[in-house]
Amino acid sequence: MLITDALIIKQEEIIPGFHRITLSAGEAAKNARPGQFLHVRCADTLDPLLRRPISIHAVDREKGEVSLFYRVVGRGTALLADREKGDRVNVLGPLGKGFTMPEGNGGVAVVAGGIGIAPLYFFLQELSVIKICANVFLGAATKKQLFFSGGIEALGHNVFPATDDGTAGYYGNVVELFAQNLSDSVYGCGPAGMLRSLCQTIKKYNIRGEVSLEERMGCGVGACLSCACKTVDEEGNYRYSRVCAEGPVFTAGEVVWE
Amino acid sequence: MIPQNVGVINETKSKLAVKIGGIAMKNPVATASGTFGFGSEYAPYIDLNQLGALVVKGITLQPRAGNPTPRLVETAAGVLNSIGLQNPGVERFIGELLPGLACFDLPVIVNIAGDTVQDYGRLAARLDRVSGVAGLEVNISCPNVKKGGMQFGSDPDMAAEVTRAVKAGTDKTVIVKLSPNVTSIEAVAEKVASAGADALSMINTLLGMAIDVKSRRPVLGNVLGGLSGPAVKPVAVRAVWQVYRETGLPIIGMGGIITAEDAIEFILAGATAIAVGTANFVNPQATMDVLSGIKQYIIENDVQDINELVGAAHR
Repeated sequence: MLITDALIIKQEEIIPGFHRITLSAGEAAKNARPGQFLHVRCADTLDPLLRRPISIHAVDREKGEVSLFYRVVGRGTALLADREKGDRVNVLGPLGKGFTMPEGNGGVAVVAGGIGIAPLYFFLQELSVIKICANVFLGAATKKQLFFSGGIEALGHNVFPATDDGTAGYYGNVVELFAQNLSDSVYGCGPAGMLRSLCQTIKKYNIRGEVSLEERMGCGVGACLSCACKTVDEEGNYRYSRVCAEGPVFTAGEVVWE
Repeated sequence: MIPQNVGVINETKSKLAVKIGGIAMKNPVATASGTFGFGSEYAPYIDLNQLGALVVKGITLQPRAGNPTPRLVETAAGVLNSIGLQNPGVERFIGELLPGLACFDLPVIVNIAGDTVQDYGRLAARLDRVSGVAGLEVNISCPNVKKGGMQFGSDPDMAAEVTRAVKAGTDKTVIVKLSPNVTSIEAVAEKVASAGADALSMINTLLGMAIDVKSRRPVLGNVLGGLSGPAVKPVAVRAVWQVYRETGLPIIGMGGIITAEDAIEFILAGATAIAVGTANFVNPQATMDVLSGIKQYIIENDVQDINELVGAAHR
């Protein structure tokens, strides 16, 4: 865990509104686990004030580089998108609890909705290091938002695209597509509605599953209790867990969808 | 050469010592309740021993689940929050969280909140017997709970009643945290002072809200929230200024402190100590940056004792 002024190596606009920023951050690259995030100070201003939690998208440990894939949704991310190669950006992290790496021989699937591929790409990088080939269900509104399918295939995984408008792959919902091709364990990230339905599918077929959640954050280190998510434990006790500390990755059974 | 340097540092340290009631602080920098968890969350980023005091998250008699989400929304140069006093309750705090702080050399101040006057009295009595607690900060100003909270802080007589109940329960230093959501903060401060408070802290957050223009609904799960951050600093400085004139009690000033200059502004207005709150979210080392800036200020301005600066803007 650390705070660093990371040098921007690259700032790419993948498609309008969706950016990938690559930072030189050796310590973060060394320590990061898939599913963790960096808490990013998008600009050195007091307005916008807060950091933005952005999940780690890819890591190059040899070069000491960390990439973040993010969507420009507000003033903070717009300021981040304006930062250029050679600038420095203050980041805190890696933070949070990541995905559990699969063990044994069971089949592994990944289900991503749109920008939800961001943390899962790093997970897929790590899977290919341990020689596990996953079925990757990539969902998006439309073809051009099916991100990094070439890169994922190059890592040795199988890509199953699904689009809401039928412009590529399966015409319809990515969770439906996954339900037709179940595996022993599944890892998901995407919009709340998609994750909710993925968690229902996981429960219905009694398979192992983990999902990465998003929530507005304050401190990012577990102190302010802003990024609460309702969870239930094995004894049936409800509580608010901290997405930044107990998450952002939760087991599918823990998350209470309201 | 080395002893000489140590001498300079020690001299600077003693120039920074302040007292809040019976609490001796090695420097005036504290943490604002609710922004710093129970301290351990920030231990990877700063040496907690360097803090003047640690004020922990608000504690109630029973555990509280907290408010529905979203609990936080960013506003212009500020943050609205509505956490709803989520905490493990006083017994788990004493049994599980407080022992972890014993290894640190700093006064721990426990923020307490209740639904009734009796709750405050019981909390005070329970914590009175606990070593490792230097003092209590009485939260009569939380805008985010249905019962108690700000209700006590906005009525001077109720505020005094709560203060008396806490004082009756403990010999530890009692700091009453005031709400800015009142017509006259001086009136509340005076009543609280005459009820026996040892010190005051101010300000708690300003009641506010935000509405999402797309969904046309309030953003926060609890609808209303408390505003903090740089946006509220001038309001907080004003409150400290007014209350310093009216009561002789030491004040812990807070509200939007980001830099050492901000902290010194509060001290000049009348605060003996200051607390860093929302700034911790932006920069986990904010307390240390503020502290080193204060040190630099007193050296550059040849200040012999930081207490000379307290309320200096009034003179």
